[in-house]
Amino acid sequence: MQELLTFTIIGLSTGAIYAVVASGLVVTYTTSGIFNLAHGATGMLAAFTYWQLRFDWDLPAPVALFVTLFILCPLFGILTERFVMRGLQGTSEVVKLSVTVALFAFMIGAANWIWPSDSGRQAFLKFFEGNTVSIGGINVSWHKLITFGCAILVAIVLRLLLFRTRMGVAMRAVVDDRALTELNGGRPDRVAMFAWAISAMLAGLAGILLAGEQQLNIEPLVLLVINAYAAAIIGRLTSLPMTFAGAAVLGLLDAYYLQFSDDSWFPQSIMGFGISGIRASIPTIVLFIALLARPQSRLRAGVVRFREQNKVPTWSTSIMGAVGLIATTVAISGMLTRSNTLLLLNGFTFAIVALSLVPLTGYAGQMSLAPLTFAGLGAIAMSKLPGDGNLLTLIAAVVIVALVGALVALPAIRLSGIYLALSTAAFAVLVTKLIFNQKQTFMSGNISVPVLDIPFIEINTPRGRLILASFAFSFLGLGVVAVRRSRLGRRLIALKDSPAAAATLGMSLTRTKLAAFAISAGIASCAGALAGDKVSPQQYDFTQSLPVVLLAVVGGVGSVGGALFGGLLLGGNSVLATVVPTLKNVAKILPGTIGVTLGRNPSGAAAQIGDAFRTLLNRWGLLAFSAGGAFLIWVLDAQYIISHWAFFIGGIFWILAVTPNLVAIVDGTSRRRYLAGAFLSIGVVVSLSIDWDNAVDSTGKRLIALILIIAFFGVGTQRLAEESPRLHRASPDAVGLTADFTDEELDHAERELGVVL
Amino acid sequence: MSLLEVRGVMVRFGGVMAIGGVDLDVQAGEVTGLIGPNGAGKTTLFNVISGMQEPTAGSVHVSGVDVTNEAPHRRAKRGLARTFQRLELFSSLTVRDNVRVAAELAALTNIDETVDNLLEKVGVSDLAEKTAGDLPTGSARLVEIARALATGPRLLLLDEPASGLDEAESDRLGILLHELTADGLGVLLVEHDMSLVMHVCDRIFVLDLGFIIANGTPHEIQHDPKVLHAYLGAPS
Repeated sequence: MQELLTFTIIGLSTGAIYAVVASGLVVTYTTSGIFNLAHGATGMLAAFTYWQLRFDWDLPAPVALFVTLFILCPLFGILTERFVMRGLQGTSEVVKLSVTVALFAFMIGAANWIWPSDSGRQAFLKFFEGNTVSIGGINVSWHKLITFGCAILVAIVLRLLLFRTRMGVAMRAVVDDRALTELNGGRPDRVAMFAWAISAMLAGLAGILLAGEQQLNIEPLVLLVINAYAAAIIGRLTSLPMTFAGAAVLGLLDAYYLQFSDDSWFPQSIMGFGISGIRASIPTIVLFIALLARPQSRLRAGVVRFREQNKVPTWSTSIMGAVGLIATTVAISGMLTRSNTLLLLNGFTFAIVALSLVPLTGYAGQMSLAPLTFAGLGAIAMSKLPGDGNLLTLIAAVVIVALVGALVALPAIRLSGIYLALSTAAFAVLVTKLIFNQKQTFMSGNISVPVLDIPFIEINTPRGRLILASFAFSFLGLGVVAVRRSRLGRRLIALKDSPAAAATLGMSLTRTKLAAFAISAGIASCAGALAGDKVSPQQYDFTQSLPVVLLAVVGGVGSVGGALFGGLLLGGNSVLATVVPTLKNVAKILPGTIGVTLGRNPSGAAAQIGDAFRTLLNRWGLLAFSAGGAFLIWVLDAQYIISHWAFFIGGIFWILAVTPNLVAIVDGTSRRRYLAGAFLSIGVVVSLSIDWDNAVDSTGKRLIALILIIAFFGVGTQRLAEESPRLHRASPDAVGLTADFTDEELDHAERELGVVL
Repeated sequence: MSLLEVRGVMVRFGGVMAIGGVDLDVQAGEVTGLIGPNGAGKTTLFNVISGMQEPTAGSVHVSGVDVTNEAPHRRAKRGLARTFQRLELFSSLTVRDNVRVAAELAALTNIDETVDNLLEKVGVSDLAEKTAGDLPTGSARLVEIARALATGPRLLLLDEPASGLDEAESDRLGILLHELTADGLGVLLVEHDMSLVMHVCDRIFVLDLGFIIANGTPHEIQHDPKVLHAYLGAPS
């Protein structure tokens, strides 16, 4: 009995922390409609900051707490809202989620940079460490009591804030109808800013409390958010009391599991599968159940308007692109060292995984946070199925994983948007914990995936695998193009653009979603099945999926080229550290930094570069300038002022990064274009002045550095030069007010009004 | 037997009564008007008929078959098609592909020909290769009608098709409706343009605050004191 009480107290205290985190999620979701995946990471950063102030710099606890919770956290929240989230109005759920993923990646990178793991680090102490108080014969630490107190205080303060203050009333008004609040003189932007500040404070508080219980580690603090998702979903993302109840239930489940799992009656394995992974999966299972218990998302008309635009790919361009990619890879691969070949191969693997998101996310608008999970399943299938990696094995593996993909989508199919995305995240975590971590699947930590066995062709060198990967990407990419141009492709787009219209025209949304998920899972499985090497479960972990999703969206998830760009960028990024050691830390935050600016350009980088070239074709002056610049770089090379490598890299930089940006810089109206011009000039100087022959010691690294320089300076300039697009939230476009008047409409208006316009 | 029979349909949102027991019939080969002030429940009734909103009570029959619990896409297979008051075109597809998706869903054999004919019929052939999201409201409404017709419907629900149309387009819409009903199609029309409604409708239902307060021929409706009261608030 006494034991039960102990575990109840432990459980409730854990639940109290979940409640604080989850209420922060609810506050931002309801006021800005953005589900903040980076919420846990905010708490993690706050805990580290507090540790820095309190234990490293020895400030008194109240001062450290005040500075962290009441100055830095609100400031962080305000800056996030102002500079990252505000640009996201009018974008799709996919872009919104990706930006929070980017923020997540950015914060983890920053924490790794500032606080590299170090065993000699000062310990993170509980509040009043060592003090306990006896309740019913059980010693409870003061820290736990303080945790309870904080949760209760948060509940009371939030209640008072929302119902008794002007700002609270304004917040609730924004929840009800943002546009209407604005029309009535309310200021939704300020309200949202306030909400993000509060949310960051709540995350910070929870992070500090949890760090006291579990020590200062990045991962558990960040994944804390999964528990919070479950609680917030139980509260249906809107109800704070339900959220608190959900958090308490989760905490108790965890504690009771801990208590009973050691008892003799408790099964240690089911059908030979160890279930030790269950404890870590409890929140995920609860999340899954809570998601499925949600009522079917109702078909509503007139909800979403997308800013993203992608054209239908033509066969001629696609085939040229595919042939070009294979030819380039064959040519380059001869120059690469073994280790660089493997790095580029890695980039192609990511590109195939990113490609799997094109039909699902880009076309059909369904978000998946689990693409690498399907790659992992593909790797397992390829290694376990008979045939030792011949083509039939590959096909069987793809078909099996595609079926699994459809099966996973089946229960989740009733959901849409954020709920669907979260259920794929839950699936990814479950598979990681319960399947990848099993002895049966990954014996001794890794398995060996056989190399694809094609008749008459021997592929056993890394170079062979690289060419195979480029071939696989091209083949699958053409398949995706074929899908886009087919009946199914049009249906996928219809599903994204207007589910309501699609359904009333006779389309089964369920069947279309299932097809999208199956195709996506099938493509992703190839990335695993073609690994042709030893693979470990960590490679396919849920947290590894997030950067892939992020960079696919950054590259442009609506097109095959975007997927390739995003995948290579991610593959290349991990190498930046080895290329230029001083940039090691920059590499950690780079994907996140690129991603948080997505709000400005939801179609992705690849689409934008293409558009920029098309505009340039009509501008002779700028074309001449571009040609002149390229000529000048050649002259510099011919006069031996710069090396051949600098000529090569600078020239490509000029063509791919400078030229497409010229129009925006010349035509821009704001002062930002000077900034953009300066940034781009720095890029030119950097690409020309680095001593590529000696400082960078291999061709592969030079190529990767080239891609990164183009991505960083080229894409960065685009984002700088562009006015941030602000859509009017009262949505006049929905009623057609934004369309230009036609001549007839003008005539009509003149007649009706009796005036000449 | 009527093409569409709505019996006792009621919809509550929480404590708010949106529709309070509506009976309505649409006959094949006729244009039936559904008018009423803003907030009367017209779009909600459309959502119930097309399956996007589950009614709290009541039933919907299409050609004598009870479809009350069927999903929207099943009703479409029974010959029900609709347009939307706030446009619901597939904005990233071209105009042609918008209509094409619908034709493909209806499993027609000569899709290209059907699509061309429909674009011609509503008068947007010259816009065929434009992206639907870039269209002005008037053209977009016409494309929605073409798209709905591409499913080969027996019953067409039009939600304010003339709003955003200029006078010429509006006239052409009237002619189009006559042609369609001549082929045996039944049309249920929600519209605020009274001259169009009075001109094309064979029968009109008037909805106010969730209840049908009058129904009859255009002539009867124009002289019904209850209708005047609902629209103008004048004492009857």
